[in-house]
Amino acid sequence: MVQFTVWDIFSNLLIATEWTIILSIIAFVCGGIVGLVLLFARTSGVRPLVFVTKIYIEFFQGTPLLMQLFLFFFGIALFGIEVSPWMAATMALTFWTSAFLTEIWRGCVESIPKGQWEASTSLAMTYFEQMRYVILPQASRIAVAPTVGFSVQVVKGTALASIIGFVELTKAGTMLNNATFRPFLVYSLVALIYFCLCFPLSFMAKKLEGRLNVAR
Amino acid sequence: MLYKLQFAELLPYWDVLLQGLVFTIVLTIVSTAAGVAVGTAGASARTFGPAWLGWIVVVYVELIRNTPFIVQLFFIFFGLPAAGVKLDETTAAFLAMVINLGAYSTEIIRAGIEAVPKGHIEAGVSLAMTKWEVLRHIVLNQAFRKIYPALSSQIIIVMLGSAVVSQISAQDLTYAANFVASRDFRNFEVYLVATLAYLVLAIVTRAVLRGLGRIFFKAAS
Amino acid sequence: MSLVSIREVRKSFGPLEVLKGVSLEVAKGDVVAIIGRSGSGKSTLLRCINGLETFQSGAILADGLEVGGMHTDVRELRRHVGMVFQQFNLFPHLTAAGNVMLAPTVVNKTSKKEAAEIAAEMLAKVGLSDKRDAYPSQLSGGQQQRVAIARSLAMRPKVLLCDEITSALDPELVNEVLRVVEQLAKEGMTLILVTHEMRFARDVGTNLVFMHHGKVHETGVPKEVFAAPKTPELQQFVGGIG
Repeated sequence: MVQFTVWDIFSNLLIATEWTIILSIIAFVCGGIVGLVLLFARTSGVRPLVFVTKIYIEFFQGTPLLMQLFLFFFGIALFGIEVSPWMAATMALTFWTSAFLTEIWRGCVESIPKGQWEASTSLAMTYFEQMRYVILPQASRIAVAPTVGFSVQVVKGTALASIIGFVELTKAGTMLNNATFRPFLVYSLVALIYFCLCFPLSFMAKKLEGRLNVAR
Repeated sequence: MLYKLQFAELLPYWDVLLQGLVFTIVLTIVSTAAGVAVGTAGASARTFGPAWLGWIVVVYVELIRNTPFIVQLFFIFFGLPAAGVKLDETTAAFLAMVINLGAYSTEIIRAGIEAVPKGHIEAGVSLAMTKWEVLRHIVLNQAFRKIYPALSSQIIIVMLGSAVVSQISAQDLTYAANFVASRDFRNFEVYLVATLAYLVLAIVTRAVLRGLGRIFFKAAS
Repeated sequence: MSLVSIREVRKSFGPLEVLKGVSLEVAKGDVVAIIGRSGSGKSTLLRCINGLETFQSGAILADGLEVGGMHTDVRELRRHVGMVFQQFNLFPHLTAAGNVMLAPTVVNKTSKKEAAEIAAEMLAKVGLSDKRDAYPSQLSGGQQQRVAIARSLAMRPKVLLCDEITSALDPELVNEVLRVVEQLAKEGMTLILVTHEMRFARDVGTNLVFMHHGKVHETGVPKEVFAAPKTPELQQFVGGIG
């Protein structure tokens, strides 16, 4: 039997970490884009749009991410499209992320004083112009800290992609555990790597939040 | 549509799914109670305890908050036996949930404690209350009122996160869904039903927590 | 023909009727001062004119456009009706010049260069040429309100609505804002002001409107009305002010 040194295990985990990072970034960026579109719909005041967005958000915030992964994995296949774990994971994480980001950002948009809307309305600006030039520039400043904070949830969320067979850090941990029978060591290292990815983000979010509070 | 959804084939398995649902509910209730207790102790220790204890709490909270729940679960279920602590899957699931929610609620409750004005504590002390009485009647009482909404949403997040315990074969709703899927191959239908069950559970839990909040904090503003 | 024509406007917030059939004609060049107790509906009336509030019945015509009409282009309407608020509502992320330039560039698609010229002109008009690069947080209340006026003027409105624009100011800052408004009146700008500044209403206004319980209770030429109020309510109101 092949002997694995601690370094072997660690370096293999690091290779898989790359996929955790890639999946996190894609989910976060795509989720952010979808979230922004949803944000416009959610704050538009157009009843049917608001209603549909609310349902979307309720669904993705009110069901387990794991179930969403399953649904995408098995659901897309029903259309006769071959689904890779990669594709299902990217889609599920994107939609899941977008729901949370929309809600976070909506809070920021709603914290902008009503007078800003009224002043820009009186200047004959349309809803899109108001959002683009008046509301979002202000809301985005408040949004930075909670958005960075949520990125931690995205990184941790990617771990569930392991369950549908996508090989990232957690899946690599399971595979290495099966090969080495050293679960204590393997899962400690896996946890350590996640911690190194997440803690700086958590720390940054806290710092940003503090700075914003001082600025006010 | 190329595919016709068929839910009828799930009917024979309704009791399996129901058992899973009950497990998830019990898991949530127990880990909420124990997790909030851990959180209260942790937050109190962090704010009023000695520095060394405060540091232990910080390390605990940050370790849990910055690692995925599934890794925590695997560590407890697969890792700990290697260190001599053997747990069955149900115990491991409960333990992991309590530890996880404990960390989050520590952080939430701590924020609530820090929002209590210093003057209130001094007022309590000058009324000849003991340290414990001040903590119980003045600090925690106010803190819980303030953080109850945040704690409620964390409980729901943790409840949804509990789907992961199926991965160590703890027999929750997701485990039941996996089981049924392996029997009748109606994967999508099974997971859709389970997903909707979770959704209903989340909505009901939110309503129940809101109702409880109204009862607990009747006097609030 | 009237520039702004308000006919039998009724408006309710839930069960509470705040405008109970208000009619008012404003001609070009008029300076209309609306006075009355808080809750008399005067701010609501003003906000109905540019469509910030909707109303249930009656009609408002502003520069020939029907406010709240089925086929009215609200955007076109608001380009001709400017508004200045009690709380200034400057955009905090933009400089004074940025505040003034925003609507011309975004709404009117004016070039940056031309918008900058408009901003310079308008800031000069309100006496703040030296503050063009200052952010709202660096300005006093009076200066902020003057920037807000310049911002509205940059759209070259036909009529300017002023909603208690000095009420949020410290007493020593009120006059610098009133002087700007007085200058606008002299230049022939049509103004509709909700105000608590009675002396200003008397000296600068061409028409006075006293609102009471959601209705126009008494109206006329300010100097005459103040000298000899006809209704007991206005007598009491003017007397109470002293």
